[in-house]
Amino acid sequence: MDIYRAHVLVCGGTGCSSSGSATLIDRFNEKLAEHGLEKEVKVVRTGCFGLCEAGPVVIVYPDGTFYSRVKPENVDEIVTEHLLKGRKVEHLVYVDHATREQDAEKTLDSITFYKQQHRVALRNCGVIDPENIDEYLAMDGYRALEKALTTMTREEVIDEILKSGLRGRGGGGFPTGLKWKFTYQSQADQKYVACNADEGDPGAFMDRSILEGDPHAIIEAMAIAGYAIGASQGYIYVRAEYPIAVKRLSIAIDQAREYGLLGKNIFETGFDFDLNIRLGAGAFVCGEETALMHSIEGKRGEPTPRPPFPAVKGLFAKPTMLNNVETYANVAQIILNGADWFASMGTEKSKGTKVFALGGKINNTGLVEIPMGTPLRSIIYDIGGGCPNGKKFKAVQTGGPSGGCLPESLLDTPVDYDNLIAAGSMMGSGGMIVMDEDNCMVDIARFYLDFIVDESCGKCAPCRIGTKRMLEILNRIVEGKGEEGDIEKLEELAETIKATALCGLGNTAPNPVLSTLRFFRDEYEAHIKEHRCPAHHCKALLQYVIDPAKCRGCTACARVCPAEAITGTVKNPHVIDPKKCLKCGSCMEKCRFGAISRQ
Amino acid sequence: MKSLAELEAIRKATASRINLRHEDAADTTRVVIGMATCGIAAGARPVMLSFVDEINKRQLNHVTVSQTGCIGMCRLEPMVDVIVPGKEKVTYVHVKPEMVSRIVAEHIVNGRPVAEYTIGAAEN
Repeated sequence: MDIYRAHVLVCGGTGCSSSGSATLIDRFNEKLAEHGLEKEVKVVRTGCFGLCEAGPVVIVYPDGTFYSRVKPENVDEIVTEHLLKGRKVEHLVYVDHATREQDAEKTLDSITFYKQQHRVALRNCGVIDPENIDEYLAMDGYRALEKALTTMTREEVIDEILKSGLRGRGGGGFPTGLKWKFTYQSQADQKYVACNADEGDPGAFMDRSILEGDPHAIIEAMAIAGYAIGASQGYIYVRAEYPIAVKRLSIAIDQAREYGLLGKNIFETGFDFDLNIRLGAGAFVCGEETALMHSIEGKRGEPTPRPPFPAVKGLFAKPTMLNNVETYANVAQIILNGADWFASMGTEKSKGTKVFALGGKINNTGLVEIPMGTPLRSIIYDIGGGCPNGKKFKAVQTGGPSGGCLPESLLDTPVDYDNLIAAGSMMGSGGMIVMDEDNCMVDIARFYLDFIVDESCGKCAPCRIGTKRMLEILNRIVEGKGEEGDIEKLEELAETIKATALCGLGNTAPNPVLSTLRFFRDEYEAHIKEHRCPAHHCKALLQYVIDPAKCRGCTACARVCPAEAITGTVKNPHVIDPKKCLKCGSCMEKCRFGAISRQ
Repeated sequence: MKSLAELEAIRKATASRINLRHEDAADTTRVVIGMATCGIAAGARPVMLSFVDEINKRQLNHVTVSQTGCIGMCRLEPMVDVIVPGKEKVTYVHVKPEMVSRIVAEHIVNGRPVAEYTIGAAEN
């Protein structure tokens, strides 16, 4: 184990991997060897840094220089200039979105994107090599397990989690300590601990990033949970679509077994605990706890009514404690630093921090972790950098298909479980999708409902049939065939589904429609009554028109039109035939005079 | 299976390896070596490697070794700055690999700069 004078950290999260970080790592190793630096400089593949927008991300320590959007051909320059001669490559340094500065002296923590964040669940992501247990150990890893097993009783562990005020990060927000307590109190010869890593919300990737960047944190937390409730076996239910997460998790479990941190008689305390991975096939409903457990058992992933709750009768009909990945990611920190430390962050009823996956029409797509109670506005503008291309912000969708859309007027809402529900949305697992003036809210509602109709397991009628009927109505509205009374029909269906569906998926399925109706009712009305899409988004309701005063007759539009819908002669204004027009928008993109508009 | 003591040993050893990834440089001693063309030509690379070696040997996890460009006094290369937090920067000149262990032992470990190697001594 050698000390290197410099470490080159390359992001190996999913975002940066898909923009080519694996090639970067190979190239770095190649070039370092070429210059004889392989014994001085170490290249480390880490988990997600969070700023996926600027990927692939490379950080050089000890300087802390933050390079963004690094291409394989830039590697040469970083090696010969920075690593060999100690001269930072200024033009590759990240440009801060807020200050527009490209300052090579700035370290990661002083960049606007990170400054307001507070990393608890993501503390090791982008810092350690997730495939190396020693690095996790060096970051105080498995110290919490040691503390719990050797100095705390099971009751004390549960008490600490209860006192911390930690609530389920998967969306429901149920107090985690209570869940642990109920499972602890159930009497049985065998109990189970399970981890829900079936992250299904469109746009959410925080669990994925934690598993990819810090898998040992989850293993440690599950072992602590196993000790607390009296379980000797745990299951991690993870989507097969997360290959990097599955691979790193498997490596981590093997390493933990080798070090005796999983298995028989851990730390010679007589406590046995082992973990297995179960792969999900990617059905959204399998994120629902009863469906998830059926799937682990090898049965069809369908929910069953509760009670009995899993704490009484879960996996294989034994008491089971199921928590989400991000919830577990907080556990070791609470045990180590104490409940009071955790409870000092956040709001009165929502303690700690929350990770959000920022996506959609936002400058800094990526992963952010902020203390509960941070206003939406500061997440979207200060950290996220606002909407790209100077477009006007319209709404933010939180909570995935079970959540809702919040308009500009609610941007000052402090983000926590209760405030979001009061505002008509929910925390959900933490997807946050930003929409600008070009997004049609009716179409957004239709998109989410389309997702739900696809993902409904079909077991109960309200969800199977009700959501389908709602989707049909929405499809009609966006096609300009909406009728008077459609809005009322949607509301009635929504209320019925909410009240009667079997599981959480169905209960919350109408939320995207209800929340857009609540805040953007005028858009629905414009579609139905005036056959007009205010955002100029719905194809059936818009027309491309050429302004004769601006058209110079350059014929560019006529040449690009795939339907030959544009006619006109050179130097004379052109005309679009609405009957032939496919509304593809190519002509508008091509026009250099801004003469074509959507109406 | 590892015992608690073995885990602790791994923690310590690994911490010293990855210590340089922290940004709170407040208690970090920095060894900065001039490695522009002049420095490299004068033999800065073996000097730097000796520093890395020596620090490695002594498991000094609060010390980082980094490079810098030409300071302008090429005739004095290889030059090395040792910056101990709270103390004034000390500049060593004409550094050779065999001088490194003494600089590390006396200056970095025991807090007494090696006066005869410093720029002040060379200029007199």
